[in-house]
Amino acid sequence: MTTSAPPSPSLHRSSGHGDVQHHTPWHEYFGFSLDHKVIGIQYLVTGFFFYLVGGALAGMIRVELVTPLSDFMARDTYNQVLTLHGTIMIFLWIVPVVNGAFGNYLVPFYVGARDMAFPRLNAVAFWMLPPAGFLLLSSYFIGGAAQSGWTAYPPLSITTPAVGQIIWIVSVLLLGGSSIFGAVNFIATILKLRRPGLGLFQLPMFCWAMLGTSVLVVLATPVLAGALILLSMDIVAGTGFFNPALGGNAVVYQHLFWFYSHPAVYIMVLPAFGLVSEILPIHARKPLFGYRSMIYSILGIVFLGLIVWAHHMFTSGTPPWMRLFFTIATAIIAVPTGIKFFNWLATLWQGKLALNSALLFCCGFIFNFVFGGITGVALAQVPFDVHVHDTYFVVAHFHYIVFGGTVFVIFAAIYHWFPKMSGRLLNEHLGRLHCLLTFLGFNICFFPQHWLGLNGMPRRVAEYDPQFQLVNQVSSVGALLLAISTLPFLINVVWSAWKGAPAGDNPWRACTPEWLTSSPPPVENWLREAPLVTEPYGYGSVEDAMPVTTVRGRELWSAGR
Amino acid sequence: MTILTQRPTAPLSHAPQEAQPQAPAHSHHPDARLFGLIIFLVADGMTFAGFFAAYLTYRAVNPLPVNAEYELELLLPAVNTLLLLASSLTFHRGSKALMASRMSDCRGWLLLTAALGAAFMAGQMWEYFHLPFGLTDNLFASTFYALTGFHGLHVTLGAVMILIVWWQAGRKGYFTPENHFGFEAAELYWHFVDGVWVVLFALLYLL
Repeated sequence: MTTSAPPSPSLHRSSGHGDVQHHTPWHEYFGFSLDHKVIGIQYLVTGFFFYLVGGALAGMIRVELVTPLSDFMARDTYNQVLTLHGTIMIFLWIVPVVNGAFGNYLVPFYVGARDMAFPRLNAVAFWMLPPAGFLLLSSYFIGGAAQSGWTAYPPLSITTPAVGQIIWIVSVLLLGGSSIFGAVNFIATILKLRRPGLGLFQLPMFCWAMLGTSVLVVLATPVLAGALILLSMDIVAGTGFFNPALGGNAVVYQHLFWFYSHPAVYIMVLPAFGLVSEILPIHARKPLFGYRSMIYSILGIVFLGLIVWAHHMFTSGTPPWMRLFFTIATAIIAVPTGIKFFNWLATLWQGKLALNSALLFCCGFIFNFVFGGITGVALAQVPFDVHVHDTYFVVAHFHYIVFGGTVFVIFAAIYHWFPKMSGRLLNEHLGRLHCLLTFLGFNICFFPQHWLGLNGMPRRVAEYDPQFQLVNQVSSVGALLLAISTLPFLINVVWSAWKGAPAGDNPWRACTPEWLTSSPPPVENWLREAPLVTEPYGYGSVEDAMPVTTVRGRELWSAGR
Repeated sequence: MTILTQRPTAPLSHAPQEAQPQAPAHSHHPDARLFGLIIFLVADGMTFAGFFAAYLTYRAVNPLPVNAEYELELLLPAVNTLLLLASSLTFHRGSKALMASRMSDCRGWLLLTAALGAAFMAGQMWEYFHLPFGLTDNLFASTFYALTGFHGLHVTLGAVMILIVWWQAGRKGYFTPENHFGFEAAELYWHFVDGVWVVLFALLYLL
């Protein structure tokens, strides 16, 4: 047992006796704060605001698709709504929240630091976000938003109205820059700011996830920036990089775009993987299963994630060798991902599960993401992909990944860390109601879309053949349920932040360092020296926590009997 | 070298049993700035890598019309390459002078570096105005101007940084042999921009 302050696993429910609470003044949340916890919450709240905006846009899409005709809005308005929905959900909700919000809040705790490596750069990265978001939204009111989808494929993006497209490009460049600054900060914090005595292989899994994610951001995001600069020259200066009419090559844009945007999938899910790896052991009261294999899986996903981008382009005239290579590489990603899933199941196996909102959302994540992963492997196969490319099957697939996967984890993480951030517990009844409604609404909304895609309904259209109407209506009912599911959550958060039961320092009896301080934590995280937690997952019925690097399944199962 | 984390909020006014006057972590906040800059330059390098990949793909799969094949003049860009390489050397000499606390020598080398950078940009401009093609003439022309222009932007930014460092080096005690992160950062960035130019020169002019 090498954990100090307090000794693990003799966990005690401390209720803040004698500790002085340090409340951050409210106005600091609206200013240029350098505190990583304030910045994390700024990211979270800003991201959630844009989630509501993007959700409203999704609602408009589902209302339009209730009938086969384009009768709720004009077709070019539909294109704008579609483009804004995708761009906002990816660049202003999921990426900033799983990276910016939880990364900023948790990583300094986990490495035993008092802040990020570059607090000022951190604040700059956050404050690039609101202007970019409002710039993007404002484009709707000045000449119309971009209409070419979040992929902005040329020649479509070159021929649609230029003002909206240029504003879209500027906005995405700002958001990409913010993302790169954040990634530089995470890598430097994790590698250079660790508390003395804390080894890389003693870090909580979320740090490894953030390290892998940040490597992807640093390597991939600049390529998207380059592609968008060239695209803007095509639009503004009349060059022909991606314009076949001027001798250019539109497929080059697709390569550059997907070189970022496929890793972007992992930028969106790897931090979620990390968060699940933190939440499950605490609520299952068992060590995280397969710590080392989890790390190697993350590294494997990072490496493979960079060399599979062209599986998005099987219908773009890719040569056969390219199809073969990218099919095989993509299928191989299922191996490290599968390792992680079996490790999570083994973590739950014979644990003492506390079926609270956080764990239920994690279970929802496991269910949805496995399904999205299976359709993902199917989509990597060229014959199948050519059949369903650009249909609702693809829409269903990636919503199972980003919504059923990452958004479920974001909610789980909010239920898990809200007590730390606010000092108050969220209401469990409302939480479980939220989880149930989200799970039902999500699956009713997106599961039927697999059928729509397999039967040939194209994506990104406001009109469709009448035989798809009933299934589209079912999907829209699911979307309505999803919208309703947000209400108990909002009520819960507002009410609990105001009048919720006091959480105490460590309501979940957790070992990781963010719980070894007051709730909310003081400005520099701990009043005294940062605790040295070398066994972040030392849970279980055994008296001495087992070192995380040596735990084997056999030992866990025999310990449970 | 102590750095950055300046706290905006009130100091910790905690309970008296915490008798430690200063938590030890305050005193040695490790300096990760150079490390952070290196990561950022990796990112910047990836932007160039994306451009180079696009350029090479165009060369491989997009044949140009017959009237769009040019023999680029090699002499000026070659001289420019030498100027830029020499400027890396002069910056390095400036760094040596700084380490030996010879600040006036250091400033001289910095000024020479900035002058070499400016000469490079002047040569680039001269070339731009004498080339037989414009930005939108064809795919090669567009790619040529995009790549050299993006690099020229980096050189200009670097020259401005050098002038700032030159001005700072004139203030007494601003840079010491032990503590000169701003100087180091500008130098690393300048070497990076030079390195990118060598690749760019090889791909655009020699290939």
